[in-house]
Amino acid sequence: MSTSTEFPGPVKWVDDRLGIAKIGKKNLRKVFPDHWSFMLGEIALYSFIILILTGTFLTFWFKPSMTEVEYQGSYSLLKGLHMSEAYASTLDITFDVRGGLLVRQIHHWAAVLFIAAMMVHLLRMFFTGAFRKPRELNWLIGFGMLFLGIIEGFLGYGLPDDLLSGTGLRITNGMIQASPVIGTYLNFFIFGGEFPGDDFVSRFFIVHVLLIPGIILGLVTAHLFLVVYHKHTQYAGPGRTQKNVVGYPLFPVYTAKAGGFFFVVFGITALMGALMQINPVWLYGPYNPAEVTAGAQPDWYMGWLEGSVRIFPGFESHFWGITLSWNLLIPALIVPPLFVTVVALYPFIEGWITGDKREHHLLDRPRDQPTRTGIGVAFITFYAMLWIGGGNDLIATHFHLSLNNVTWFLRFAVILGPILGFWIARRWAISLQRADRDRLLHGLETGVIVRGPEGKYTEKHQPISTYEAYSITARDRQVPFEIGPETDDNGVRAPRRALNKVRARLSRFYFADAIQKPTAQELEEAHEHAHDSDEIHELTEDTETYREVTSDRS
Amino acid sequence: MSEKRSSLSPARFLSARRRHRSAGLVVLLFGLLAVGSAYAAFAPDNAVADNSAQSQQIEEGKKLFSVGCSSCHGLSAEGGGNGAGKMAGPSLIGVGAAAVDFQVGTGRMPAMQPGAQIPRKAPAYSEAEIEALAAYVASLAPGPAVPASDSYDVSKATDDQVTRGGELFRTNCTACHNFAGRGGALPNGKSAPSLMGVSEKHIYEAMLTGPQQMPVFSDQVMQPQDKADIIAYLKALQAQKDPGGFGLGRLGPVSEGLWGWFVGIGLLVCVAVWIGAKGVKAKGAKAE
Repeated sequence: MSTSTEFPGPVKWVDDRLGIAKIGKKNLRKVFPDHWSFMLGEIALYSFIILILTGTFLTFWFKPSMTEVEYQGSYSLLKGLHMSEAYASTLDITFDVRGGLLVRQIHHWAAVLFIAAMMVHLLRMFFTGAFRKPRELNWLIGFGMLFLGIIEGFLGYGLPDDLLSGTGLRITNGMIQASPVIGTYLNFFIFGGEFPGDDFVSRFFIVHVLLIPGIILGLVTAHLFLVVYHKHTQYAGPGRTQKNVVGYPLFPVYTAKAGGFFFVVFGITALMGALMQINPVWLYGPYNPAEVTAGAQPDWYMGWLEGSVRIFPGFESHFWGITLSWNLLIPALIVPPLFVTVVALYPFIEGWITGDKREHHLLDRPRDQPTRTGIGVAFITFYAMLWIGGGNDLIATHFHLSLNNVTWFLRFAVILGPILGFWIARRWAISLQRADRDRLLHGLETGVIVRGPEGKYTEKHQPISTYEAYSITARDRQVPFEIGPETDDNGVRAPRRALNKVRARLSRFYFADAIQKPTAQELEEAHEHAHDSDEIHELTEDTETYREVTSDRS
Repeated sequence: MSEKRSSLSPARFLSARRRHRSAGLVVLLFGLLAVGSAYAAFAPDNAVADNSAQSQQIEEGKKLFSVGCSSCHGLSAEGGGNGAGKMAGPSLIGVGAAAVDFQVGTGRMPAMQPGAQIPRKAPAYSEAEIEALAAYVASLAPGPAVPASDSYDVSKATDDQVTRGGELFRTNCTACHNFAGRGGALPNGKSAPSLMGVSEKHIYEAMLTGPQQMPVFSDQVMQPQDKADIIAYLKALQAQKDPGGFGLGRLGPVSEGLWGWFVGIGLLVCVAVWIGAKGVKAKGAKAE
């Protein structure tokens, strides 16, 4: 009450009716931790806002119709050509609406960045273990947004009805038809008859501008609400525990930071839209099922699907008057959904293997979980190999390679690459764990060589700061899940024995090779030892027998 | 023997000798001379006038051919092996002057080495030498001639022709050469080259003769006017500035994705790191 009297008139008027002071007082003081990697999701959010703004502008002129018209706009290379109204209006936006091309390009770049930022954000979540309890559901919500974002982007790519998007839709149409039994029905349902038909633009349009953005908006709200409800995770450090959040209040620090970042994102997207040409629809020409172009690729986020289909060997079966196109069925309808499902369910899979049921608010560093980091790198490698496959023709022409060799390389690399990536990343992380342990137990290598009275040279180590020691030791000691005895004291067999055996084996795989952080006793002993050497050091200094050789002088 | 009666009038002279036994022969000779002269006067003048020049050119071409081409294509252009049972160069009998003009004029021939794809490079021969080589190869058997310059002159092409050329281009060419004529990959290291910076004549000849992987678009399959329209579209495309800014190579979504990730996400992550670093410093100053 006393605070509300301090408000200026209009604010008081609103506060009396909506009670914003109370809500604001609590939420504006909400504390968030500070780290650059926490801002990746913001890029996605801001790109989404830019998409809504620019997309609204585009709907003022875009005509979602397949009606055939004769183009009479100002782009002379297509003048007089018959095309769909959708394509003609896209050309009008490009060449005849003031600022139309700029907004179209900002819209497209924002879409590219939207999905890229979601994916980078997802990788941050993955490698820091931010998906662990209690945030598994928010991981799924985020995954849902990524999935919808990709569909949304693809529908937008299909709307202009140019040769490129039509070719992309033709491939999608083929993939849909490859699904056994329901393929043809599903295809007729989506396209309203034979491809391409007259319906898809108007159908895709309403899904693109209303349905999916609406769902994404709802999910964004839920996603952010859960971030506030769970409180933001933080990296380990002095004073940071599982029970607090060390950082700055939303107002004024993060309002300034996040607000500023929004303008930076908008600025960079606008610059890209102004300087870098994207999707030059006028070059592709109107879609005509009889035409096709080299270099026909989807936007980047569908590239891995394209690659999956491109590198898969072509074979199909014919039986009982049915054709099964394995070359589409496996790479388009089985492998990608399987991969996506595994990634989406990863928090639950890991939780089951480790048996960890605790809440986690302190983030892991990637090295803290070598096996998870290895799996993440394997996922990335798998994705990247398929992704490269999607551009195999451009790889071949630009690096003067044989298209067939590129394809054959990828056929092996898509299987061997993830294994190699897993192994390298995991061993790397373990080495880093070992290095951390050395830093803790032996301290920092100073590069100072000390010669003892007996003539022995030793390098002087300096203990690391308590801040660093705290950060390094914040992680848990992890022991593999123990299966326990076959039978209990009364001779009763333990339940779910077979399943637990699998789980124990997976858990050993997860943790067996990891370097545990030192125990308190080990630390103590190490510090004793360090103290001793310090004394020797002082002695040698007094007797003037010490020599100092710094590393840069040697 | 006619000199003795030279005082006689020409008419009398001819009349007196019309029964001479060699008169028939003389008339025949006159007749032949007249027909020959008339033919020389009315027929296209190069047929006779350049005859010697042409044979000289062919001769010159043959010499150039023996030096620069015969090691792969054979001494009489019949095609040659590489000594290991493989074809080093195909027979050139019947390929015509247009094929020679294209292959040598774009520098593809003479090839530096055999391979999946013979690349375009600076031509090794002068205009006159190329003409001589073409004349020699054309003299072996009939084949498509070098097109006349007005058949590929597109400087006066109308908008309608350009639009029509675009439609023909997308129907027949883009599948290999890309929507903007930037080229594309073909199996086993072969590729469809970029059409940017290729002269009108060479594009026309390529369609006419189908070099390397390219199918032949003969004048029966694709009318000369269609060819000219396609060339007009390509030239308009090449002259066109990218209205949207830097064109990213006009290669399609792959280069767009690459730029989006490296420039877009790259810059934004840098900014995020910068903003994050600002916070850390401020915190250090305040929190302690």
